[in-house]
Amino acid sequence: MEHRPLKPGADTREHLVVIGNGMAGCRAVEELLARDPNRYRVTIFGAEPRVNYNRIMLSPVLAGEKSFDDIVINDADWYAANGIALVAGDPVVAIDRAAKTVTTRDGMSESYDRLLIATGSDPFIIPVPGKDLPGVIAFRDMDDVDTMLAAADAGGDAVVIGGGLLGLEAAHGLSLRGMKVTVIHLMPTLMERQLDEAAGWLLKQALEARGQTILTGADTAEIIGDGKVEGVKLKDGTLIPASLVVMAVGIRPSVALARDAGLAVGRGIQVDDHMVTSDPAVLAVGECVEHDGQVYGLVAPLWDMCRCLADGLVEQPSGYRGSVTSTKLKVSGIDVFSAGDFSGGDGCEDIVLRDASRGVYKRVIVKDDRIVGAVLYGDTADGSWYFDLLKKQDDVSELRDMLIFGQSFASGGGAADPKAAVAALSDDAEICGCNGVTKGQVVSCIAKGAHSLDAVRGTCKASASCGSCTGLVENLLALTLGDEVQAGPKTMCKCTSFSHDDVRREIVAQDMRSIPEVMQQLHWTTPDGCSSCRPALNYYLLCALPGDYVDDQQSRFVNERLHANIQKDGTYSVVPRMWGGLTNPTELRAIADVVEKYDAPMVKVTGGQRLDIFGIKKEDLPAVWADLNAAGMVSGHAYGKALRTVKTCVGSEWCRFGTQDSTGLGVKIERMSWGSWMPHKFKIAVSGCPRNCAEATIKDFGIVCVDSGYELHVGGNGGIHVRATDLLCKVATEEEAMDYCAAFIQLYREEARYLERTAPWIERVGVDYIKSRIADDNTGREALRARFLYAQSFSQDDPWAQRAEGAEREHHAPMARFTPQEEMA
Amino acid sequence: MIGEWLDIGWVDEIPVRGSRTVQVAGGDDIAVFRTAEGKVFALLDRCPHKHGRLSQGIVHGGAVACPLHNWRISLSTGEALGDDKGCTPTVPVKIDGGRVLICRASTLKAAA
Repeated sequence: MEHRPLKPGADTREHLVVIGNGMAGCRAVEELLARDPNRYRVTIFGAEPRVNYNRIMLSPVLAGEKSFDDIVINDADWYAANGIALVAGDPVVAIDRAAKTVTTRDGMSESYDRLLIATGSDPFIIPVPGKDLPGVIAFRDMDDVDTMLAAADAGGDAVVIGGGLLGLEAAHGLSLRGMKVTVIHLMPTLMERQLDEAAGWLLKQALEARGQTILTGADTAEIIGDGKVEGVKLKDGTLIPASLVVMAVGIRPSVALARDAGLAVGRGIQVDDHMVTSDPAVLAVGECVEHDGQVYGLVAPLWDMCRCLADGLVEQPSGYRGSVTSTKLKVSGIDVFSAGDFSGGDGCEDIVLRDASRGVYKRVIVKDDRIVGAVLYGDTADGSWYFDLLKKQDDVSELRDMLIFGQSFASGGGAADPKAAVAALSDDAEICGCNGVTKGQVVSCIAKGAHSLDAVRGTCKASASCGSCTGLVENLLALTLGDEVQAGPKTMCKCTSFSHDDVRREIVAQDMRSIPEVMQQLHWTTPDGCSSCRPALNYYLLCALPGDYVDDQQSRFVNERLHANIQKDGTYSVVPRMWGGLTNPTELRAIADVVEKYDAPMVKVTGGQRLDIFGIKKEDLPAVWADLNAAGMVSGHAYGKALRTVKTCVGSEWCRFGTQDSTGLGVKIERMSWGSWMPHKFKIAVSGCPRNCAEATIKDFGIVCVDSGYELHVGGNGGIHVRATDLLCKVATEEEAMDYCAAFIQLYREEARYLERTAPWIERVGVDYIKSRIADDNTGREALRARFLYAQSFSQDDPWAQRAEGAEREHHAPMARFTPQEEMA
Repeated sequence: MIGEWLDIGWVDEIPVRGSRTVQVAGGDDIAVFRTAEGKVFALLDRCPHKHGRLSQGIVHGGAVACPLHNWRISLSTGEALGDDKGCTPTVPVKIDGGRVLICRASTLKAAA
């Protein structure tokens, strides 16, 4: 681009010099011209050798959907027609505020009356080794796009560092251009600033389905290559080959010029409500500024700022009050929208709609009857409506029940009551899309006696598949029957309309593999569940996918997360495993040493024949376990929904009444079943004769030895409601006793509801059912046993040993220590 | 490090939907939480009910469930949610360049 002569000539107007030929700088000039085209003589300096173009459209250029000419905002004629001098490709490198001049890299000097800084932002380059290698670029301007296009022509692998908006657009474009793309993202979910966890998870699934590799929670260690980039190495040692690396981890306001000129600079160039910096002759606008502590990286606030800036320049000041931002983008044809604050918190209510069949997730956050945030995935048609309500702070209490269905539904016919809305539907309106059931069919099925949700599901199949129409069916029940609706089985918790049994069935039927997936597919009404459903889902997935499912520690109760029992004073109690209740001098010494070394105030013999060490501090737990491990002891799982203890009596080896080796059998059973996670705690006992000293008839699984073999008892409980066991059957050998025990545990693991002990479970399903599965069905029992042993092959790693070796240290060590006195010293 | 704010470490050191503690010499711990959406909050590590360690609870939405009796405590205000009544002192938090800073004065006051 040629340099136009900058002779002021006879022009006596004030001279406005703009540093930055980007979106903010030019928009500010446009706004100014719209108000008073003749007030200022304008000169614009741009670093890039181009006219002003729409930077946010670089992605479509990369993707091949648009050309550079398509994204030009103001062509050369615009500058000429408005008498604007453009100096492109020669950036301003210094400002002299005393002399009121700017100087360019090529040495050109220009004086100003008013100076506008619109330098935008610089891409943040993470300081890893290899960051300067050829082939490592940012995604900021047309030159970067040209580099990417050249790399794509050569083909091969590309790595995009950063799974935010910009990074995903770069990845999409490179992918369309035929490169094999891997996205490396430091955070656990994509676009965490714009999307909540659920939407981020959906986006990851969709992008992976389109062929990109997405690595979340991945930290870049270095970029490797000899003379040019060859790959990216992660901190966990993974090496990803790449001929191109795009860094899109974020942007920083470009403030160097302003700082060198002595202007007030925080995170950005600090401006007042009229975009005036600490020097009244100097203004600043766009991504380079900090207003009221905020910096913005989106285009909408920039338009707001430019309006206020222009108002000030023509002396009709309006004042900028900050912007509420929204993000709407389309990646790989996936619509995503977010606006406002979606972090939830006090007084906030979440309204969530999940439609698994359409791949839609919508969440609107309401506080004090006003929308404060929205996240939409898959269907963003109502984004602008929500954003409008949010910006205007309209009272939405009238619309509340219909809000999530969108504008057309909520404003339709003034029906502010979901029941009225359902009533207004015609008889042939489809209620259940999965099974093609109309409103008329549902109503007639209710009229014929289906008076509960379950009955409707069972007869006409409405809401029996994905469940997204559950609310509609419930409204039809209420509408048709009034108060006669029968409550169905209790739902799992307030987050879902499904029962425990429904959820388990669907996890297996749909092969669901993670908690967010279950929440999406089954239309959870909260973004990340609650303390009731999360541990249950974690267990159901663990049970369904042995060896495959990655346990979610944050969905476990504290005792299972810390492998010890929390006590009322916040300390923990520790129970090492003593197989069958047997111990020896080494173990006893180790326990005694631990008690003294860690100053444990109490040791108690438990009801299950173990020693419980009380008063251990959270920080000391790994060291305590290391000491106990050293003496050969492992976790006793006294803290878990798991096998607790196998209690035994001394049996035929010592007792004059003993009929079988009850201690030996108890040890074998405990060795077989320890470490297994279950719906609730599980206790076993083996008594050597019918005198039953081990109290086997109040255990979940009890064995009473008799002369001719082994009586197997199930479903006992010694808790609040004492329940004696039911006799399951009698077997002849130890092997059979163990096989039946394994099969029973697996049946319980697979079919009982989370937090349901064997006693209420058996009362619910009937002991005859248990007999039919365990005693009467040899093939079935053998299959149950095999599944149990397979699951056990993954669960018999001592969690204490892992922690003692330093795993998940963060659960035990404080993040920081603060000593006020030290600070004073 | 005399100042208004105490630098306690990197945001990433707090597990998502989890918590870490800050030990205050001569006082109660401060629990620092990180929600699924990446927001960080700090509260005295003590449930208003029976003084359970909130840092050991399950974090969901903008609340934590106390490990002792499942009271739900708002992370932003410290107030018990639902029908329960009570409040845990909160400590202002800010994030600067990936570092977590907690308000010094509030920390001393809460932990005292």
